[in-house]
This record gives sequence, structure tokens and C-alpha cells, in this order.
Amino acid sequence: MHGTRTSGSPYAPHTDDDTAAMLEAIGADSVDDLFDIPEGVWFDDEFGIPARSERETRALVRRTLEKNESLVELLGRGHYGYYVPSLVDHLADRSEYLTSYTQYQPETSQGFLQALFEYQSLLVELTGLEIANCSMYDAATALGEAATLAERVRETSGHRVLVPDTILEGRRSTLENYVAGTDLEVETYPTWEGTVDLVDLERQIDEDVVMLYAENPTVSGSIEPNLSEVGSLASSSDALFVLGSDPIALSLLQRPVDVGADVVVGDASVLGLPTSYGMGLGLFATRESYLRQVPGRLVGVSEDDQDRRAFTLTLQTREQHIRRERATSNICTNQAWVALRTAMHAAMLGPDGLVDLAKRDVVRAESLAERLNELDGITAPANDRRHFREFVAHVDDSARAIARALEERGYAVHVLDDDHIQCCISGVTEADIGGFVAAISEVTQ
Amino acid sequence: MSDNVSDTEKSGVEDAYYEQARYVRNGKYEPLLAEKDSTRVTIDDDESPLPADLTRDTLELPGLSEPELARHYTRLSQMIYGIDTGPYPLGSCTMKYNPKFTEDVAALESGAVHPGRSPETIQGTLELLYRLQGYLAQIGGMDAVTLQPPAGAAGEFVGIRVANAYHEHNDEGHRDEVIIPESAHGTNFATAALGGYNVVSLPSNDEGRVDLEALEAALSEQTAALMLTNPNTLGLFERDITEIAEMVHDVGGLLYYDGANLNALLGRARPGDMGFDVMHYNVHKTFATPHGGGGPGAGPVGVVDELAPFLPAPRVREVENEYELFDPERTIGHVHGYQGNWLVLIKAFAYIARLGDEGLLDASAKAVLNANYLASQIDYEVPYGPFHHEFVASAGEQDAADVAKRMLDFGVHPPTTKWPEIVSEALMTEPTEVESKETLDLLASAFRRASASDAETLETAPSRTAAGRIDQTSAARNPRLSWHALDEE
Repeated sequence: MHGTRTSGSPYAPHTDDDTAAMLEAIGADSVDDLFDIPEGVWFDDEFGIPARSERETRALVRRTLEKNESLVELLGRGHYGYYVPSLVDHLADRSEYLTSYTQYQPETSQGFLQALFEYQSLLVELTGLEIANCSMYDAATALGEAATLAERVRETSGHRVLVPDTILEGRRSTLENYVAGTDLEVETYPTWEGTVDLVDLERQIDEDVVMLYAENPTVSGSIEPNLSEVGSLASSSDALFVLGSDPIALSLLQRPVDVGADVVVGDASVLGLPTSYGMGLGLFATRESYLRQVPGRLVGVSEDDQDRRAFTLTLQTREQHIRRERATSNICTNQAWVALRTAMHAAMLGPDGLVDLAKRDVVRAESLAERLNELDGITAPANDRRHFREFVAHVDDSARAIARALEERGYAVHVLDDDHIQCCISGVTEADIGGFVAAISEVTQ
Repeated sequence: MSDNVSDTEKSGVEDAYYEQARYVRNGKYEPLLAEKDSTRVTIDDDESPLPADLTRDTLELPGLSEPELARHYTRLSQMIYGIDTGPYPLGSCTMKYNPKFTEDVAALESGAVHPGRSPETIQGTLELLYRLQGYLAQIGGMDAVTLQPPAGAAGEFVGIRVANAYHEHNDEGHRDEVIIPESAHGTNFATAALGGYNVVSLPSNDEGRVDLEALEAALSEQTAALMLTNPNTLGLFERDITEIAEMVHDVGGLLYYDGANLNALLGRARPGDMGFDVMHYNVHKTFATPHGGGGPGAGPVGVVDELAPFLPAPRVREVENEYELFDPERTIGHVHGYQGNWLVLIKAFAYIARLGDEGLLDASAKAVLNANYLASQIDYEVPYGPFHHEFVASAGEQDAADVAKRMLDFGVHPPTTKWPEIVSEALMTEPTEVESKETLDLLASAFRRASASDAETLETAPSRTAAGRIDQTSAARNPRLSWHALDEE
């Protein structure tokens, strides 16, 4: 090493001698001379952000995050915490995965491309549809992309997009932003007992509907008892049937292809990510006939110059970096590393593990509902549907007051309105559930 | 032979291994999981907690042991080039070293909270988000910031939706055009189209910058916004930025800043001070959070006061030392189901907090120094200048894509190729501040060796990677997108 390292960014390796030699090669007197910024827009002030050592920075973040209360979260409603095996963290954190970019040079990205190909394959098996992309941002943006796909692929005119009245606000609002630049309009259809009201839906469907969206399980955890009929209603009006779900539910519940789904969207990060304050992984699978209209990246198989199997990003002429304003979507950076984690987690569980986990989600949710139902002042579940991992409970006293009292005892549940709470078992242990039942029985006394 | 195994015996053992993993045609390849083991599970009615009409019949997926999976994914990782492997000068992508401590910071268990938690119980999370909003506003010279967009293109979309809402609110809903320079990122065009706008493409002048006459001609009462990055994708600072801003504002349009190239300006110039009304930050670029093979990123959006009421809901604010979520008065609503990519945001926070003013200022200095030094050391012609953080060389008579493949043989990642189109056979190069002079010399040598390569060598490169040159055409002509598609062969 020649000279001393200059101060500033801890990750810039330059010594004084390096800098001097480089400036000389360029023919400049100082680094500032290299900046071609007019006088009027030079920034002469300071941000006022002090530089910190790594140790101080870690302590700052830890100290700040310690202000979060430590609660047992019986929370779900579209975002689920499941235990992620250590293997997933250790493998996904290998720096080759973490520090690579989009696989624009496939010859030196084979490992990531193969992992993403395996992720796509997993979704194909789970949904029964022929193709899946290698990720959208989350369930809400995947739903938005499904609507713009519907507009492109549906041959007849029409502008109505139907979604259940129970749809999460974040999903509906995101969908509305995605269709804002189109002629599509989002309308809700009624639900009854937490699932699709077929009679009312049939009344609302006509040939003007381009897309019908349903969820299984629904946001309240109910399992749709008549999904095939919903699919039939969609196809009767030539609407795209878009089904919202996730990889764990799909391991056990009806295959989307068998109920007539044209597109499956949802959040695949139920496998691979901890709760992460809402960070997700948009699942997007569809029929092969829509292949040229699919948004997002696709990994395909090809051969190299020695006829060996090789993986590559493919059909990129659909994408924004080639087709610009005529692209199928503006998505560029996606959630590739999360998709990798999801594939790893799924592989770790295997088909037996996935089915067992899904079965457990049914059994444990129903068991907790039964235990709550035995308490005075609670009716659980609040409807007579079958449930997956979560359910709504009717409470006689103020739901808000109950939730607040539960927080004081270390438990978090959703408050839906004055009379209803929602509880989810995916992120908690049996011991947590025991503690929760004890706490809520105290609170509702 | 120094060991006890004869050639025949050894190859017999290897043959047996390859036979077992029959899809392996070359020792470097790792079979698909499904080729190693595929298990079909039948959902048995008697053991299922649900009636048969609510369940699927079977599920068939790989079922391997944990050690087998550890090896599979480790082998795959060995076939990937990352920034920890070597220099990665992808122009416009800003591939800089990702500090390791930010991974540990993001893994802190108290950061893993459910988005449905009540704000009172996650004050730490909200405080970090609030402080990051403040850092970003300072760095960009903006008044208000949302952290919700999960990527740069998602940030662009917020910018366009906010511009739309602002114009609608002012009874200016007739504005249906967005002006974009030809050299802009493809996402700009796609985003404007997704937002329902007609794209007006803006040619560059012969200096590679915005042509003011062409801009004058493009601007009208129809203009909703001009999307611009500065420095632009050629690495050139738009010196007329103050005038450009005035021209756009004079017709009632908004000026949008694409933050992809912000790394070149840290601490030296701010989009807000240049007259930009709305901008996105690519925190995974500028603030060194890992790209993860294509994401997740995060694309926070900053705006001036007039646009703040239209930002997505919810935002974070501080009221009497408490942090709370609120919906801006005339919000466009959500652009993500929850709050965006938290794990990325917290890494960006840690990066900014670590570097501070001094480090941020130095990052842009060294990024610009490195780009100019590398440009001075290569044989290819580099039109235009002076450069900031990146430059675009022309491969001339050579095919830029071939040059890139050849560079792989020299153990470096090549630059972005064939873009922007205003330079023929473009090699768009951005070394960033983290490369040493020694590494830049290695890169320069790779450029020089590629430029000296004969046509046949170029066309058949690379030869030292896990796969040889891959046939992109057949992949697109006969799409095989899952292992189920391979089964049918």
C-alpha cells in the first residue's frame, strides 16, 4: 500500500498515492474538478448526519428497535409469519446470491437462474397452471398486474373488475392505482359468511366484466366452499378468473386449475421470510396461452454452444428494457432473492412437510376457535365455514378494549370492528396458544 | 497416477455417479432438485382435516434431506458471479460493495414485526422509518418522503400517479403527455404508459444532453411531466438543468428525477435544488443494499411541499415524541399491500447512518474519480464527456455483446451493453467508488484484451464460465419454463 487511506467512505479503498496517480492519468488537478456541476446548483451545505463506526451504527439500530414491544403475534390477514428454517438463512445469505445482479449475463449466473427456474416449477406444481414468473413485489401488485393482463388478453370490450367486498384496503387501493391508466373500473361484489355470495355475484356478472377476483382462503381465513361455481360464473361471462392464494394453502386446498383459474396471484413469502413488516413476494402464475402477455421475468431452459442444458432469462422482448412503453409491465427489479428463499423453504419442507404444515394450519385454527368458543362472551369462529390458519371471532364486549388488554398481557390480535377480532395461528407455538387462551379468558371475564 | 485407484476404476466410479444423476452431462452441472428426488404425496381423505371437495388430490415435489439441500444450493451459488466475487461495472445499475454489518442489522429479531401491529407497540420500527424519511429528504433536497415503493420502477409509478393526482386536483386533467429523453431508463417509458400517459420521446443534442430546442418543441399545455436523470445515462451532467426546470414549470408541467444515478451527486448537488418536484431513490443502488440477484430493492419517493398531500398512504410522522401512521390529505392510496420492503429500508438506514456527511461526500467523489480514470485507460472510443460516475464506450466494429462475453473470460463482469442506443455498440461502464486502482487496472486490461481479440474468439466466448455461450433464440422460440415442461420432452 502506498500512502495513507483517505478518510470518508469506509468502503472506498483509495490511498492518497492512488488518488494522485489517477488524477495525473486523467489530467485533472483535484477530484472536485471532475464534477461538471454549474455554480448555481452546487450544494454547499451539510446534511448534518454524523458518521458513525460500525459498532455505533449497530447499537443505534438495536437501541431503536428495542423500543418495539415484544408481543406474541396472532396476526395474519394477508401477511403470515411462519418459522423459517436456519438452513434458508445460511444458504440464501451466501454472498454470491446476495450480491449478484439480474442475470443479464447467463453464462456466469447459472446457479441463480436454476434456483429461479426451480421456484417457477414449484408454483406450476402448486397451481396446476403451466407458467409462473419469477416474482412480483407482493400480492397487491400481482393483483394489479393481473388486471392489466386481463385488459390485454380479453378480446371483447368491457371495463369492470370485480373483487370481494372483504378485500384488504391495501390490495384494493393498489389495484386501483394499477388500473388508473386504463379504462378498467374496480367494483366489489358481496360476500356472505366470509365467502363469495354466489346468488348476488351471479346478478352482478355480465359480459362487461373482464376480471373476477376471489381468494382462497379468504382474508378472514374462510375456505371457499364453491370455488368451481365462482370459476364457472367467470367463464360464463368470458372474464379472467383470478384467484388469490399462497403456497402453503395451495399445498392442501383445491388446485386452481381444477376450479377454472386463469391466473393465480398471492404472497409466496409465507415460505422463506419472517414477518418483515409487510415485505412480500408476489406470486404470479397463469396459462400458457397468455405467455406473451405475462408481466415480469421468466427463466427458461436453453442449450449452450456445446449442447449442454443451460438456463437463461427469456422472452425479454415483453420487458421494459426492450419494449419500453409497449412492455407488459414496468417491473424491473423484482423480489428474486425472496423467491430463492421461498424455493429453499419449500424444498426443505418437501411435499410431505408442506401438506403436513397446511393440515396443521386447519387443525390448529379450528382447535383454537373451539377453545375460544367455550369462553363466555366469545363466538368463534363467527361463521360456519371451514377455516385455514385464522378465523374471525365475535366478542360481546368492545373488541378494541379486549385487544388493548391483550396487548398489556403480551398478545396481539386484529380488531375488525367493535364486535369482531381475528386470530391467526401460523406464527405461534402451542405454548403461545395456551398462554393466549388463558389471557383472553382473563380479559373477557 | 499417485493414488491407489486406477484410471479405469476411478472413471467407473464417476460413471456410476453420472449414471445415477443421469441429467449431468458435464461435471460442472448440478441436477434439478426434481431430477434428484421427486415425491408424490396423496391427500388421503381419511387423514385430511378437510372434506375431499375442498382439497387437491396429490402434490408432487422434490423431497430431499437437509444435507442434500445444503449441497445443492451451495453448488448453485458457486455458479454465480456477485460483487463479492469481483468487479461488477454494470452501468446505471450501481453495483457497489454491500457492507456485511447491514445484514446483521436487518436480521435483528425485533425488526421482524407484523404490519398489523398497533403503532403504539412498534415505536422502534416507526422511528427508524421516520428517521430514514428525514435522511432521504435531506440528501435529495425534498420536503416529504414515502418509503412504500418496493423498487425504483415502483417509485417512478408513484411519481407519475402523484403528478396525475396533482394535475387533476388543479383541474388540469387534460395533461396527457410525459416527455422522456431517448437515453432514459426503459422503466420510465413503461411507467408513463402504465400511468395512462402518451410518451413523447426527446432526442439528445450532439453533446449527449437534453436538446433545449427539441424540449421547447415537445413542451405544451399537454405536458404532465418531464422524466429526467442527472447525470444522465451517459454520465453527463445536464448543465442546463435550471433552464430545463424553468421551461417545464412555465408550461405547468412537473419535473421528475430518476434517482438511478444519484450516487454521482451525494453531498454535491441535490435534485430539489435543481428544480425537480418529485424523485425516487434507488436505495439498493445508492445506499448499497444487496441486489439479491434481481431484488428486492426499494424506491422511496421524495416530493416538494405542493405534492406532499398526494403521497401514498400511510406515511410516518412524529407527534409529541410518538410516531404514528397517517394518510396524507389527498393521498393516491396504496402502491403496495403494506409498507414496502422493510428489510431493504433498514439496511439503507444503517448505510447512511454509518457513512454520514463525510462518507456520502467521499462516495460520490471516488465514484466519479474511478469512472474518469477507467475511461482514460481503455482502448475503445469514449464519445462525449466530461463524465461523472459512468461512461459509455463504443465497441466500434465489434459487437458489444461479444465483447461482454469475452470479458467474462478475464474474470470480471462486463459492463451494460447496447444501451443507450445513441452510442453504437455501447459499453456502459460504472465502476463505483469501491474499486481500487489495482482493480480498475485489471478491468482496463480486460477491456484492452477484448478489444484486441479476433472475431472468432469473440463470437465463441466465454469459455471459462459454468456454461458456454447460451442460445437465447431457441429459449424464446421453444419456451420451457418449468421442470414439468422438461418432463414432456
